[in-house]
Amino acid sequence: MSPDEPGGGGSGAEHVVGGDSTKRVLITGVATYWGARLAQALESFEQIEAIIGVGAHEPRREFERTEFVKVSNQHSLIQRIVRAAEIDTVIDTRMVVNSLAAPPQEAHENNVIGTMNILAGCAGPDSPVRKFIFKSAAQYYGSERDDPAFFEERMRRPHPPRASVERDLVEAEAAVADFAEKNPEMTVTVLRCANVLGPDVETAFTRMFSLPLVPMVLGFDPRLQFVHEDDIVHALEHAALTDVPGTFNVAADGVLALSETIDLLGKRALPVLAPLGGGLLAAPLRRLGVRIPEELVNLLRFGRGVDNRLYKATGFTYGYTSRETVIRLGEHLRLWPVVRGRDDGYHYEREVEEFLRWSPHVRRERSEREGVAADRDVLGI
Amino acid sequence: MAGDRTSLSRADEAVAEGAAPPSDGRALARREGDEMRALLPAIEPERMLNDWGRSERVEGAFDRTLYEFSYRYWFRVEVEGIANVPDDGGALLVSNHGGALPPDAAMITKAIREEHPAPRPVYLTVEHFFKGYPGFSMLIPKIGGVAAHPANVHRLLYDERQLVLVFPEGRKGTEKLFKDRYRLRRFGRGGFVEAAMRAEAKLVPICVVGAEEAMPIFAHVPALQKLTGLIYFPITPTFPWLGPLGMLGYLPAKFKIRFLEPIDTVELGGAAAVDDKALVQSVAQEIRARIQENLQEMIGKRRSVWFG
Repeated sequence: MSPDEPGGGGSGAEHVVGGDSTKRVLITGVATYWGARLAQALESFEQIEAIIGVGAHEPRREFERTEFVKVSNQHSLIQRIVRAAEIDTVIDTRMVVNSLAAPPQEAHENNVIGTMNILAGCAGPDSPVRKFIFKSAAQYYGSERDDPAFFEERMRRPHPPRASVERDLVEAEAAVADFAEKNPEMTVTVLRCANVLGPDVETAFTRMFSLPLVPMVLGFDPRLQFVHEDDIVHALEHAALTDVPGTFNVAADGVLALSETIDLLGKRALPVLAPLGGGLLAAPLRRLGVRIPEELVNLLRFGRGVDNRLYKATGFTYGYTSRETVIRLGEHLRLWPVVRGRDDGYHYEREVEEFLRWSPHVRRERSEREGVAADRDVLGI
Repeated sequence: MAGDRTSLSRADEAVAEGAAPPSDGRALARREGDEMRALLPAIEPERMLNDWGRSERVEGAFDRTLYEFSYRYWFRVEVEGIANVPDDGGALLVSNHGGALPPDAAMITKAIREEHPAPRPVYLTVEHFFKGYPGFSMLIPKIGGVAAHPANVHRLLYDERQLVLVFPEGRKGTEKLFKDRYRLRRFGRGGFVEAAMRAEAKLVPICVVGAEEAMPIFAHVPALQKLTGLIYFPITPTFPWLGPLGMLGYLPAKFKIRFLEPIDTVELGGAAAVDDKALVQSVAQEIRARIQENLQEMIGKRRSVWFG
């Protein structure tokens, strides 16, 4: 459905309202992949006056006008920044959903305690925050034998969480839901993202798919749903620029079988015998030098599909289907050995960034005008 | 596999427990349904599998070989009332079930493909435990099996408007002994009726004669069932004497499939009447009675188990 169809009327009207209310944005986890990508994407929207990025580490991507403040998840500091900068929209992109990316204790600290601190920083009667966007993940639903084929947003996971990141997600989402209930005037959006693939992002699946032989549990061919990294950034952007309260699944069209995915990547499968269920699956693979995060163990047997129609109904459109996402990744993986190491890594230098932003000697106006003029010349206008 | 047994006995009844779509105003619900239907992922023609994991290639291979042979030469299937299967829209096919590892589902699917003027794929609801068995977990979705979750049935019937086949007797049907053949078991808790009403899909009762003789069960051995971890351990003419392959040793009984007059759930009140438990129960009872009645008539007329 395109947004201008009669059914989209309601959300279309909100679109305008939401577009006006988002002017000053705070992005958490700006040192992580998603925070940085989102900050870069939002920089091109003129109606957004200020973009503040906070994070515990220095960003690894270069920003045009996003201001970086190095602060970990301390709610008193977040609160001070939020009030001082009159932030109206907070976008929380910090969640760690790959258990190999951080040790469980650290991930828990970031995922659960961190979320609570950020929420505390946004709460309060005199808080300027009107909108809170939380990037969650479809791992929230888990993966079990008696799951529905397509999880809908209103469904709860049928079994208690197994993996630590799943437990974190459930706890963090509960905190966000509680926050939404206590602050009814605030627009709270939760995006549950499916497994992400793409040339830039590194996830458990991109790592698994870059192996020469992709492990499969013998006798199982799980249904998997993916989403392209750019679509995640656009989905966060859509939530920032429109008012879409509620919880939404973000996943590309199409659920693929793992065998089909491996086929599309042009790889071969390595069937692994897992005689007594998941726990023993990881062990033989680890011996082969392949680490499978615990949240993937069940997924590799039972798979997971989600219903993505609710977010599409708010006017969001995906750039890629699951199949196209996998094909793109396959192209990238073939190209990678050729182009590897060519990108010049960006290093955040506080002094340089501050000079470029604040020094009276940097001639901002002129350089912008010149930039526009140069563009016109190229176009021949 | 301790969890298997509980999920087994619940599977067919679980159809009852789906979350209801908003039912404030019928027209509104219908409009909403159409809008959400328009947002379903488009079909990608390059793919060999669909989103349920169904594979044209695997299904076609089965269809051309095993199904074709059983349908034409082994069971010599005879079909009545195929016109009762609607040409379009969602419909829930409700059939009796019998014999160890019953071949009835495959034969009903094949009958619709062979005899129906507008053949359509049939999705078969299977119990969740199959997803936990290596091999089965891989194969069953590829040939059209879908876990009997209420949300799955609703999506297939309501959003995708497909044909879905259920066996409301569930495992109780396949477990029954030869001496109890063609005596219908309890039809769950009427969950299948609720699913059809919620989706406003037609209910098509089906009678199958022959499956019970194709693989009769003479006894169960619970001790061996526990030992092997199978769902049950039946004694049939070929199992366990021929080993696991014995589970495929069907006797060449003559199959007769009769599709009965469909029941329009919209006339019964549709999605708005789902909460009327008395109505749901009485519809389930009526379908069961109609299948039982027709089965008895068909068996009464049958001269030979093998030649019909």
